[in-house]
Amino acid sequence: MAVSTRRLQKELTEITTAGTPCGITLLKADDFQTWFLTLEVLGESLYQGEVFALMFRFDSQYPISSPAVQFVNDETYQPPIHPHVYSNGHICASILGSEWSPVLSVIAVCITLQSMLASCKDKTRPPDNDRYVAHAPDNPKKTRFVYHDDEV
Amino acid sequence: MSSDYEYSDNEYYDEDEDAMLEDDASASEMEIDTYADDFKLKKEKQKSYDTVHEPLTQAQVEKFMASDVEHITGIFGVEHNVAALLLRYFNWNKERLIEKYMDNASSILIKAGLEQPEKQPDTRSTRHVQSGSTRRSTRQSTLDSTKSGISRILERVTPPVEDSGSFVCPICFDDTQTETTALSCNHKFCKSCWSAYITSKVRTEAEHWITCMAEDCSLVAPDDFIRTALVDDKATWERFGELLVRHFVSCNPSLKFCPYPSCTNAVSCPAASSKSVLTTIVPIVGCGTDTHKFCFGCPIDADHRPVICAVAKMWMQKCQDDSETANWIKSNTKECSKCQSTIEKNGGCNHMTCKKCKYEFCWVCMGPWSEHGTAWYSCNRYDEKASVDARDAQSKSRASLERYLHYYNRWANHEQSAKLSIELYAKTEKKMEEMQITSELTWIEVQFMKKAVDEVFKCRMTLKWTYAMAYYLESGNMKELFEDNQRYLENAVEELSELIESPFEPESIAALRQKVTDKTVYVQNRNEIMLDDTAKGFQEGRWRWNITVKGFDDVDDE
Repeated sequence: MAVSTRRLQKELTEITTAGTPCGITLLKADDFQTWFLTLEVLGESLYQGEVFALMFRFDSQYPISSPAVQFVNDETYQPPIHPHVYSNGHICASILGSEWSPVLSVIAVCITLQSMLASCKDKTRPPDNDRYVAHAPDNPKKTRFVYHDDEV
Repeated sequence: MSSDYEYSDNEYYDEDEDAMLEDDASASEMEIDTYADDFKLKKEKQKSYDTVHEPLTQAQVEKFMASDVEHITGIFGVEHNVAALLLRYFNWNKERLIEKYMDNASSILIKAGLEQPEKQPDTRSTRHVQSGSTRRSTRQSTLDSTKSGISRILERVTPPVEDSGSFVCPICFDDTQTETTALSCNHKFCKSCWSAYITSKVRTEAEHWITCMAEDCSLVAPDDFIRTALVDDKATWERFGELLVRHFVSCNPSLKFCPYPSCTNAVSCPAASSKSVLTTIVPIVGCGTDTHKFCFGCPIDADHRPVICAVAKMWMQKCQDDSETANWIKSNTKECSKCQSTIEKNGGCNHMTCKKCKYEFCWVCMGPWSEHGTAWYSCNRYDEKASVDARDAQSKSRASLERYLHYYNRWANHEQSAKLSIELYAKTEKKMEEMQITSELTWIEVQFMKKAVDEVFKCRMTLKWTYAMAYYLESGNMKELFEDNQRYLENAVEELSELIESPFEPESIAALRQKVTDKTVYVQNRNEIMLDDTAKGFQEGRWRWNITVKGFDDVDDE
């Protein structure tokens, strides 16, 4: 059994038995390649009442290599308007790239993104949004992000 | 073949250089059987246009690294592993490392990822625990307070580590794994996860700075740890070694890697380690492999002597930008005879009205349209005075374009010839075989043909770059001397080239051989003079440019 499968199985068991943290729910995890989760920011924030969906894509190297994570952009869900989130759903967050650590998990990523949204003070798109979206690869892992700031 | 002979020949060139140039035949006095060796005699002496350098294999570079590590080990009294990581953290700048380490050893050890800021049982080196202990207590509190939500959630996800009886690796969650390992931070993970992690870092990220897998832990894995983890994967361990060497070389200004694909040799060239010397020398180096010649000072991976890097670069840039455009402009446009705007005629009659200055003229004779009367579609005034004048003005404005194309075409011509040299080598080889069949000559005796081709190729490379240089040289006596040398070399090369390619008669082989041999020596000498004089000119600051060349601004001011 591949390491990624065993690891994801374990994460899934933990989610179904211990539950997910507040504001995070598992939407779909039918296989060990692609998962969907919903994300909500609770309490005072610019995103009150908004529900977002995250898509996780895992390769066989997970968790040694980071998962490809992006916000879902379809009829039901739209990506949040945030300085680090592009309108195609791609996310510029160091934790998904250079600062990924194999001890992180799906839930840990969700929590980070949740806190990234919660601490947002300015609901705008990234300044280079149009340029990036026009040429962005399908998989956000193929983009070399320059992490703009560490605060959020 | 004897060394005596080589030596005497060497002297001969020096003393009778002028005579040699005047009289091609004087070379014929040389004994022909030793001829093959005479091409090598120049190795004896350092030439003005050569730069001292030393090719290094990867193993030799590793020795340099080891000696640096040894040095630091001796001074600081630390383990090899520690010294190596410290050096890498300081980009192999020993002086800075020593200075900073002496200043505050414990903070450097923390920054370099050798020690944890928090207080942790340190199983590796007790010395470090002592030296870093005072700082750690203060750091721990700040770290605890800033611990993010992720770390807290991790504590929930991560199985308890203390219970060593039922260890579950927090990465693969495989409880059948029994072998665990950790850096001095004691973040335990199973061995196979470590191996997978290190392999992925080395293989896919080409990273030699491998930190602990735990979140927020910046401890770096020392070489011994990595070797143990990669014990079953020799290829990756070797790749890791290669990455270390790459890092070392990139940090050292007097070292450079051979740019040829899959060549792992490096070159040490302390003479060219600073950019400022590049106005006086052209540091062409070889990595020890015969054909791998490149410039130490710039990214051109070929011998661009005699011209210096800055000028070579300007020329390459110009060629890339302008050549095709210039050719197109030359063949498809004319200039307005009044305001010199470039005009492309893509249809219509010969009555032109300049868009810019509204001047009306005839496209055929370039004269003013007012003199054409009603001759709308044909011009028969080509020789009228006004038309001649207009064309003169035009030709002046074309002069600079022409000038560039003059140099460019000669440059391109030599480049083209050099590209065809593979063909020429094949042809020559065939000819040499024929010669062996039709005459009494042995294989070794027909080598003169190959030597001649070698020399032609070499000189074409020199000539090619002399045109780049001449384009930027300021007119004057110096440029004339330069162009004289260039012309002599060019003529000699073309003559030799013709000799090589001309068909031979079996009965006149001896004469041809003599002729080719003489000419080769002459060409070789001309090339030497070209390179030598130009190199000396750079050292003496003799060359003046018709354009601002980087690094030469000061010279102009004086």
